[in-house]
Amino acid sequence: MKHPDRREFLHSTAAGIGAAALAGAFPAIASAADASPFKPEKGAELNLLRWKGFVKRDDEIWAENTAKFEKATGVKVKIDALSWPDVTPKAALAAQVGSGPDIIMGWNDDPFVYPDKLVDMTDLAEHIGKAHGGYFDTARTYCYDPEVKRWVSQPIGVTGNALVYRKSWAKEAGFAEFPKDFDGVLKLARGLKKNGHPCGFSLGHAVGDANGWTHWLLWGFGGKQANPDNSIAINSAETAHALEYAKQLHETMIAGVAGWLDPNNNQAFAAGQLGLTMNGISIWASAKDNKEHPELYADTANVVPPIGPSKQHTIFNNFTSAFIFKYSKYPNAAKEYLRFMLDTAQADPWVTGMVGYVTPALKGYADLPVWTSNPNITPYRDAMAGAKFDGFNGKPGKAAAQALDEFVIVDMFADHCVNNVSVKDAIAKAEKRLTTIYKR
Amino acid sequence: MTGRAQILSRLDSPRVLGYVLIAPAAVLLLGLLAYPLVLGVWLSMTSASLGNAGEFVGLKNYATILDDPIFRGAAGFSVLYTVCAEIGKLTLGLALALILNQRFRGYRAARSLMLLPWVAPTVLSALAWLWLLDPQFSALSWLLIKLHLIDTNLDFLGHAWSARFSLIVVNIWRGLPYFAIGYLAGLQGISKDLYEAAAIDGATGWQAFRRITWPLLAPITTILVAFSSIFTLTDFQLIWTMTRGGPTDSTQVFTTLAYQRAITSGQLGEGAAIAIAPIVFMIVLAVIVVRSVRER
Repeated sequence: MKHPDRREFLHSTAAGIGAAALAGAFPAIASAADASPFKPEKGAELNLLRWKGFVKRDDEIWAENTAKFEKATGVKVKIDALSWPDVTPKAALAAQVGSGPDIIMGWNDDPFVYPDKLVDMTDLAEHIGKAHGGYFDTARTYCYDPEVKRWVSQPIGVTGNALVYRKSWAKEAGFAEFPKDFDGVLKLARGLKKNGHPCGFSLGHAVGDANGWTHWLLWGFGGKQANPDNSIAINSAETAHALEYAKQLHETMIAGVAGWLDPNNNQAFAAGQLGLTMNGISIWASAKDNKEHPELYADTANVVPPIGPSKQHTIFNNFTSAFIFKYSKYPNAAKEYLRFMLDTAQADPWVTGMVGYVTPALKGYADLPVWTSNPNITPYRDAMAGAKFDGFNGKPGKAAAQALDEFVIVDMFADHCVNNVSVKDAIAKAEKRLTTIYKR
Repeated sequence: MTGRAQILSRLDSPRVLGYVLIAPAAVLLLGLLAYPLVLGVWLSMTSASLGNAGEFVGLKNYATILDDPIFRGAAGFSVLYTVCAEIGKLTLGLALALILNQRFRGYRAARSLMLLPWVAPTVLSALAWLWLLDPQFSALSWLLIKLHLIDTNLDFLGHAWSARFSLIVVNIWRGLPYFAIGYLAGLQGISKDLYEAAAIDGATGWQAFRRITWPLLAPITTILVAFSSIFTLTDFQLIWTMTRGGPTDSTQVFTTLAYQRAITSGQLGEGAAIAIAPIVFMIVLAVIVVRSVRER
């Protein structure tokens, strides 16, 4: 009699008690059951370029998981990390010169700029999606290129955005609970300012922070950059309302936000100078180690940004995905590496250890216990579910990516809020720029 | 006459030998300097984007950027940045050189310390300035508040003009040693006899400076200004590290805008056109440098 091997045994067991239940209760077993069709090439070595996390445990656990992969497969992986804004140009250069890292963890629709330079990721994306409950809609938007009709990148997730505020100061301003609408947020901001604890939202060329809150407001009022046919739609009454609201909000902000880059709101919040901002979970997570302001950790709360007049969630997150360049000599090893890293045995400790700093694009990870272990983590679980993509409501792709890279929306808000350009002129300037970009 | 003898005989001619000797350097220059420049000019006349060679579009990219208010703003600020920074560096560099040309206790240490801004990596000094000019944590604002000169922090980088002014100041700080060391070398080359003769004739300090020092420093001034202008007009690291061209593109210069369009956005043709645009200024400056060197 032939004894079933370990894989066959797991397959039959999983079939008996239900794969979904198994994945939730026994993640390590589920991982083993997820047989990989990707066999690394002999002698493979990989070079990964990724962005540096604002939460230390993100990079640390990623490196630990990579070491596990090296041990399991014998494939060496060298990891290079750059600051957020430096990854996009580095990836672009790699695409242009045909040399560089095998895998890059890039931002938003970066891969749509050079899809022909990238390995077809359809098999990997479908394999992983199937194993972990499928993807949230935004993941497909950013990683499946409808022009070339294939997955060009493997969805990883988002560094989710939420509103981060000081509970005691909000209470002092008359808000025991965080407001549920835009008017309430403005009233809270005014109250905070009155009590000397202003809010702060970047209006500088900050990739994550400035794009995050300006898009939230634009879409929240029903404004949009483009129509589904990619005709420019920025010139609308809804955009005007968003700008008018932003101007009022800007009047309640701490000085200097127009010069803020990504680290500035983290630093100001950590120094006890901010009552409210929009950010990933890094502010709250790092507050635990804040010796200068020990009160910060207990007094900080994270909430899902309220819904505006458009009556739908309008969160804008920084979406990250991993793509493999065609010049890589080891595409199978690269795919196996990504499969391994996104498998439950690795992804669970990664997401848990960094307390949800990256919200996975896979629906299967929305049930991890970490999301409900603290009410301050839960809003980031929902970052993917309510997210929109850049260029909304136009087509994702090169034009949308370029408009984001050139800060067209951020500068439109800054023009009106900081430079006192009229609503009409700020919109007209953005419309002209968008028209040029979308006509390229 | 054998073939070998014929070659040797031809090489005996200084005209032929000269060309042979400069050939390796010429090849190197053509490969490393001319090729990228020609490629840049070619790219600027194509619709090339990342991963796509594009096609020849003539001067379309130039027409596009000339119609673009962001490019016009970047061109304007590039010129303003260069002119103001050069005036500042020249004036303060000369003053510093005049001081350091004196013998005083610790003058050697002072001369060495003067070089620090210039030898420190640009990104590091830009990051240090970023902290000094931070809207919330600025040491400069703190000092001014302590001196009761201001009530609240200054927003150095949050408004167009204050950000532009701040960048010019940082560029002056960084480039000052280049002028100071150049002028110091020039000052030490001026014969003391001239000053002694002027003193005997009853010349004042200002007259000695105007009639002796300044005219004799003129050749080196031309070279310093021309070279420094080229460096300043092509400055990238400092501006990119401190403002990334913001707020609202008010501190974009040729280089940062070209980088944003060509690399970040992937529009190589348009980015190349922006990068090539200041070449007219550069050629004028290069001609000035070459002429000055020849005249010396």
